[in-house]
Amino acid sequence: MKKFGGPALFLDRSDINTDEIIPAKYLTEITKEDLKPYLLEDLKLPGFDAKSEKTYGAGVVVTRANFGCGSSREHAPWVFEVNGINVVLAQSFARIFRQNMFNCGMAAIELTAEQIDRLFGFAGAADATVDVDVENGTLTIKGGGRQESMQFEISPFDKALVLAGGWVDYADSKY
Amino acid sequence: MGMTTAQKIFAAHLVDEPFAGTKVLSIDVVMCHEITTPIAIADLMARGKDRVFDPTKIKAVIDHVTPSKDSKTATQAKMLRDWARRHDIKDFFDIGANGVCHALFPEKGFIRPGNTVIMGDSHTCTHGAFGAFAAGVGTTDLEVGILKGVCAFREPKTIRVNLNGTLPKGVFAKDAILRVIGHLGVNGATDRVIEFGGPIVAQMTMESRMTLCNMAIEAGGTSGICMPDQVTVDYLWPFISGSFGSKEEALAAYSVWCSDADAAYEQVIDLDLSDLAPLCTFGYKPDQVKSVTEMAGTQVDQVYLGSCTNGRLEDLRVAAQILKGKKIASHVRAILSPATPQIYKDAVAEGLIQIFMDAGFCVTNPTCGACLGMSNGVLAEGEVCASTTNRNFMGRMGKGGMVHLLSPATAAASAIEGKIADPRNYL
Repeated sequence: MKKFGGPALFLDRSDINTDEIIPAKYLTEITKEDLKPYLLEDLKLPGFDAKSEKTYGAGVVVTRANFGCGSSREHAPWVFEVNGINVVLAQSFARIFRQNMFNCGMAAIELTAEQIDRLFGFAGAADATVDVDVENGTLTIKGGGRQESMQFEISPFDKALVLAGGWVDYADSKY
Repeated sequence: MGMTTAQKIFAAHLVDEPFAGTKVLSIDVVMCHEITTPIAIADLMARGKDRVFDPTKIKAVIDHVTPSKDSKTATQAKMLRDWARRHDIKDFFDIGANGVCHALFPEKGFIRPGNTVIMGDSHTCTHGAFGAFAAGVGTTDLEVGILKGVCAFREPKTIRVNLNGTLPKGVFAKDAILRVIGHLGVNGATDRVIEFGGPIVAQMTMESRMTLCNMAIEAGGTSGICMPDQVTVDYLWPFISGSFGSKEEALAAYSVWCSDADAAYEQVIDLDLSDLAPLCTFGYKPDQVKSVTEMAGTQVDQVYLGSCTNGRLEDLRVAAQILKGKKIASHVRAILSPATPQIYKDAVAEGLIQIFMDAGFCVTNPTCGACLGMSNGVLAEGEVCASTTNRNFMGRMGKGGMVHLLSPATAAASAIEGKIADPRNYL
């Protein structure tokens, strides 16, 4: 199975919207690859630099509540996908963003506020990395010389989409 | 226990339940525009599956950037246009006939009570105003919808919002929905349908109901829904008169989709709006709402009247009523984009366009354009816009720009004063 996770990018705010993930002016691109340079371009957070190596080297996003609200644009998951981010860990998601992630064979995983707080406990560690086992519902975060594991649940349908590589393949074989 | 409208629609469209809690529905109307559809088309072609499940159930329009502003947007338009021709999609609307999707498609009578509707656009929830389940989806869901005519959903719970009392002078559907979003919060309705009812909704036109349902997504809602009633039948009558012997017959047929009296709601919210003041957003989230009284005096650089939320004829009428014989403030730019060609023509015929132009408005063709900062009124860094649109995210109408969401009446009053202003002083 595909490997999920990687170096962690911590985005410490709720309600990060899809305009912040990929501004509308780039929706004129017609290949996913062309979105690559615009990752999180309009997101303003203390200490966050959209153009940094930290941002572009990330494999997983750790964030708060209602991530991906606003527009239905699948360009938001795509800009993650083409930059090597295939998991977002959040306290909650906007419905369309969450479905778009799984539809693309990626994972939008909801954790409790307490679990998210524990993950943010690693935000100071420059080497923080998260490995996610989507099939078994476990993840491990390592950084600053320590590590912690936790469990999560995703719906059986969402898991099936990840295993199938996305909704088009799943639906095409079934309907 | 009775059923809600959403539950009835889910039951009637169920194709498969691959896992508990996941329902695959047949889709009655698949809507497409030129921003989110081309990548689906390209992917279908790459898979050797350039097909559509039923060309009569697909509706397509070029609306976000039109006429095209550059080579890239021209390419997007061309991809949609070529695809619509290739698959004999008759309901395709190109330049001259195109308008903002969520205003144009209802105007054409495409949405009926009990329908399932999807589109690669978050404001698809608008069409729930007809008693339909209408959900915004991403490009992959759209692609499967085009190919197979199905879409998967977690069955949403329903929040019933009763709008009680009567709307006071100067207060409109936009103020009502801002009040609801302020109450629910930006994720208060995530994975939920918001069902609007109560005496205020019963009195509302279809246009106002569309304004309500349009912004359900701003509270995270999957779809807004209003019960089909006589107002719905009257609106649809030109399209359905061949299918029913009388309006009474149509009403009886559509009423089966109404929520049962004993339906199970997750939550029932009663809001008495009799004392509601005109509202306006103040921050970068649609639930950050204050009264216009509190916001009055906030300087604006631009006023924008249009969009799928508030670009319909009744919106233009109330704004024109305020603007008649007046001029916009000298430092303000005001832009009107009637949402469809029909609205534009009607506004010309009623003399509204003359009023807007005499007041100093620029009148553009129907397009989504400035609402999402793509064209026709993008803001510069540090500029402020009083806007009848639906999203006030940071940079939404242009990087570094600030958007205040408000009603068409408040927009008109604000254009005259050059700052956020109370429309009740002009009505």
